[in-house]
Amino acid sequence: MAIQETARTPDKASVLNDPKVRGWIYQIVVVALIVWFGWEIITNTAENLKARNIAGGFGFLNINAGFGITQSLITYSELSSYGRALVVGLLNTLLVAGLGVFFATIFGFLIGVARLSNNWLISRIATVYVEVLRNIPLLLQIFFWYFAVLRAVPNPRDSIALPGDVFLNNRGLFTPRVIFEEGSGLIGWSVLAAIVVWIGIYFWARRRQEATGQQFPVFLSGLGLLIVLPILAWLVTGMPLSLETPELRGFNFVGGTRIIPEFVGLLLALSAYTAAFIAEIVRAGIMAVSHGQTEAAHALGLRNGPTLRLVIIPQALRVIIPPLTSQYLNLTKNSSLAVAIAYPDLVSVGGTVLNQTGQAVEVIGIWMAVYLSISVLTSMFMNWYNSHIALVER
Amino acid sequence: MKRTILPVLASAAFAMVATAATAGTLDDIKAKGHVQCGVSQGVPGFSNPDDKGNWAGLDVDFCRAVAAAVFGNGDAIKFTPLSAKERFTALQSGEIDILSRNTTWTMTRDTTLGLNFPGVTYYDGQGFMVRKSLGIASALELSGASVCTQTGTTTELNVADYFRAKNMQYEIVAFEKADEVVQAYDAGRCDVFTTDASGLYAHRLKMTNPDEHIVLPEIISKEPLGPAVRDDDVAWFKVVRWVYFALLNAEELGVTQANAEEMKGAESPNIKRLLGTEGEFGPSVGLDKDWALNVIKAVGNYGEIFNRNVGPDTPLGISRGLNALWTDGGIQYAPPVR
Amino acid sequence: MTDISYVRKEMAPSQPAPASTVGPVAWARKNLFASIPDTILTLVSLWLIWLLVPPLIEFAFVNAVWSGENREACIGQDGACWAYVKAYLPQFIYGRYPDPERWRVNLTFLLFFGGLIPMMIPSVPFKRENVIYMLVVFPTVALVLLTGGNMDFNGFLLPDTVIAPSMLKFWVDYAILTAIVMAAAAGIAKASQSRAAPAAISVLVIFGVLAAIMVVLEIDFGLRPVPTELWGGLLVTLVIAVTGIAVSLPLGVALALGRRSKMPIVRLVSIIFIEFWRGVPLITVLFMSSVMLPLFVPENLTIDKLLRALIGVALFAAAYMAEVIRGGLQAIPKGQYEGAQALGLTYWQMMYHIILPQALKLVIPGIVNTFIGLFKDTTLVLIIGLFDLLGQVQSSFTDPNWSSPYQSHTGYLFAATIFWIFCFGMSRYSVWTERRLDTGHKKR
Repeated sequence: MAIQETARTPDKASVLNDPKVRGWIYQIVVVALIVWFGWEIITNTAENLKARNIAGGFGFLNINAGFGITQSLITYSELSSYGRALVVGLLNTLLVAGLGVFFATIFGFLIGVARLSNNWLISRIATVYVEVLRNIPLLLQIFFWYFAVLRAVPNPRDSIALPGDVFLNNRGLFTPRVIFEEGSGLIGWSVLAAIVVWIGIYFWARRRQEATGQQFPVFLSGLGLLIVLPILAWLVTGMPLSLETPELRGFNFVGGTRIIPEFVGLLLALSAYTAAFIAEIVRAGIMAVSHGQTEAAHALGLRNGPTLRLVIIPQALRVIIPPLTSQYLNLTKNSSLAVAIAYPDLVSVGGTVLNQTGQAVEVIGIWMAVYLSISVLTSMFMNWYNSHIALVER
Repeated sequence: MKRTILPVLASAAFAMVATAATAGTLDDIKAKGHVQCGVSQGVPGFSNPDDKGNWAGLDVDFCRAVAAAVFGNGDAIKFTPLSAKERFTALQSGEIDILSRNTTWTMTRDTTLGLNFPGVTYYDGQGFMVRKSLGIASALELSGASVCTQTGTTTELNVADYFRAKNMQYEIVAFEKADEVVQAYDAGRCDVFTTDASGLYAHRLKMTNPDEHIVLPEIISKEPLGPAVRDDDVAWFKVVRWVYFALLNAEELGVTQANAEEMKGAESPNIKRLLGTEGEFGPSVGLDKDWALNVIKAVGNYGEIFNRNVGPDTPLGISRGLNALWTDGGIQYAPPVR
Repeated sequence: MTDISYVRKEMAPSQPAPASTVGPVAWARKNLFASIPDTILTLVSLWLIWLLVPPLIEFAFVNAVWSGENREACIGQDGACWAYVKAYLPQFIYGRYPDPERWRVNLTFLLFFGGLIPMMIPSVPFKRENVIYMLVVFPTVALVLLTGGNMDFNGFLLPDTVIAPSMLKFWVDYAILTAIVMAAAAGIAKASQSRAAPAAISVLVIFGVLAAIMVVLEIDFGLRPVPTELWGGLLVTLVIAVTGIAVSLPLGVALALGRRSKMPIVRLVSIIFIEFWRGVPLITVLFMSSVMLPLFVPENLTIDKLLRALIGVALFAAAYMAEVIRGGLQAIPKGQYEGAQALGLTYWQMMYHIILPQALKLVIPGIVNTFIGLFKDTTLVLIIGLFDLLGQVQSSFTDPNWSSPYQSHTGYLFAATIFWIFCFGMSRYSVWTERRLDTGHKKR
């Protein structure tokens, strides 16, 4: 026993050679450094703010903003509060990011597929598109779309009139606005009904196809319903809709719906730029699907279109989704470049608030919190979607 | 983990850190040998770099005057170009000693931002510029117009107040940088470009066709522009304030850059006291006896500065107006040196 | 019996391929007009090309104005105004860097590419020396050349009452700091039963090199100091990009290792750091560094504006770099770690000799992509008032001497071309490296 005891006791190994102990020492050092660093920052900031007579806190959000905003989805005037101004900015960010994601996805998929096309010309054009747009800074593209295109478009008096009372000038794109008058509720209900029936047809057609193998043109019939039903409702209720057309009055067009050039420029640049990245992701995803799958689908008699739609893309999606998520997030974050061309997004409006109030810490804190939450929410949704798709794997 | 970044951080910190003792701004400036002056990123006539990078303008000359008062030499100065957003932080944090960047003196800035305004070097007001082709003669015809301006300035708020008070519709397009405002207005994005009237004249020079634009007669706000210093150092505040007064007094007494040296022998006791041949006025604010003489020899009197940079014979072509001396119908007035 | 041979003795002469499968016509039929939809697509593409390419060529070359003294030359012309770019070229490259001092910038560019090119070509020897040159010698020389050197270090440790702030005080402080760190290193080494001398000596070497760098920075070479406010154009773009890359790579490695560490606190800190920077837009980071950073430091301390942007960009890029490198670390089979540990290597030896070389090689394309992203992102500094290439181009638009209808188009076209050349070059290099290092397991 005694011999064993001595054998087990290491010579005189220091505790410092124990990896666990070392680990804890490292971590304590890290924590100490961070605490010291944070403490320095906080005390310095507090001291500086005090020296500059800047009161902290979010009380300023209730004060009247006093400045105007070009585009707002909710009612906003100079009398609204700073808090509301920031909400307007946030909604504008979400609007441009949402539409940007939509268009970038469509363009991206089209171009990605085009890059793999058997048509030599199409695949070359897609390659050139990707290589050019990917390698030029986004900010430059935004400036280009905004300033260069702005100069090319005429002023309101010489507007380009497009068919259907649509006007284009350097104040934006003006389209007629539909005004819902008394009794137009039925039209809304008919749209809803059409969608419900469409979903019903979808399930019925699927069951029928599983049972009999016969296909049913679900998409076309649904689309038809969506067009026909509201028109019927419109006729039945005595045509309660009217159009408000934009007309030139004074400096600019009045009435109708207006899309400001800042929005158009930013949206174009964001979708075109992100589409180039999405195209590459799509291409990689499709190439990751083994060629045998295509051959097998062809052997089964599927043509190119259905092969892509029913065999290749569902499998490619698994590879595509994770990098696609980060592209969506990049697009959302890149929408903050709006500040360079006066599109009133969160950063742009926040910058104005920061200037008027001097509450730098609070405003930047709000920015960071908002973008971090958008990131986290998008990642969570895409992770859920990804796992949903991954279940298909056998 | 931190080993790799330490050298970088350390060398960076050593390299760029300017240590400033807390004795007092004037002593610090004397110790480091120059005045650090915050200016704009480019407003012709006020502070604008030429293609060699030399700064010129009314605000710049005021800084040179302060440097001349402290060192007897108007070149003992360094400039920091600042955006509207950065300017106050830069002053508060001690990055610059004096902010001379067409800054409006307002109550908020005076009371809550920790600033002091020693004087008003230029009485300005916000105006509107439009294209001649619109055929507009008054700002009251601007209902429904698109207005381009720079974000983060008082101008944005003034426009809102003005249009609301007159019950007119408008659309504001606010850019981050002045250059972008000019570019967008020039491209036709807006009908109206608004900023301080002096700025309008300055920016007009940057348009593709300066002659196509006019400045409307309405002035919708009071914009007393002047230098600013930190409010925790009264001694430095007084130095800057009296440099400003010296410039005004020199013009009033007829002392110019050219005749300053010979004026030392003038009979008038007022001139004698200003130029330091009588009394101990310089030392009372911590400067040399001939502080004002140095200032005038370096940059001239207020009238000379004005005419050289923005006056009728410059491309800006601004008349003295409110900025004339009180003896000439303006409101520039300085307490006497005695 | 007649000799009837049913088997051919010689090969039949090979027939030419059917006319429908060779030649340009066949190629076009196969690749352009295979089916009716294909034909329609081809025609649409041709129409698109015809719509875009001839006008672009006409604008950029045929109708362009190549020489002139001011706007008069370009007004009324229906093409690019290259004369303006020519007049502004020095500004686009150097910003407002004083004229007589521009050779310093040129020399810096020369030293940079002189070090970079041999490093990028695999067959050139002396890689280790090259790395030392790029990481230690070049940055020091560049810093002295660009700023003018002759910096004042005033000391940082002892209270001012002991020695007045001066160069002497700095070096006294520095010596004390060196001694303290050396003692600490020796102490730790002793406590963990290794020999104290090597640890102390390695500390001494590191501090010695740092001291040498600082001596160089302190020497007055008689160069006129050029404050960073005067820097601009391509110079600023490259300074930000190169510094960002140089700082973000080691920091990214550290963060990636931290994120995969077994120590919970280190891991948590790394995750929070990485996810924070990846979750916010760069522009808010830059606003933070320009507006908030001055609030974070003591009142009497000011940080140069360019340096502030550099800190923001580097931290931001480091987070992205960390994720790329983590991908590489995850791809290394567990056996490699276990093998290294079985050989008795310490953690750092294992990482340095076994894991990182393999992991980094795997993610070279990702790293280069991050570099490209960083390079493009440098343009954002114009929003906080620094003049990079794009900022310089933008600010030139307001020069009344050159304002003409196509001035901005020309300026943007010029900037886009420069950025495109750099980024496309980098991406080609990454593709080439990827192929070179590819061990050939991939299909296709």
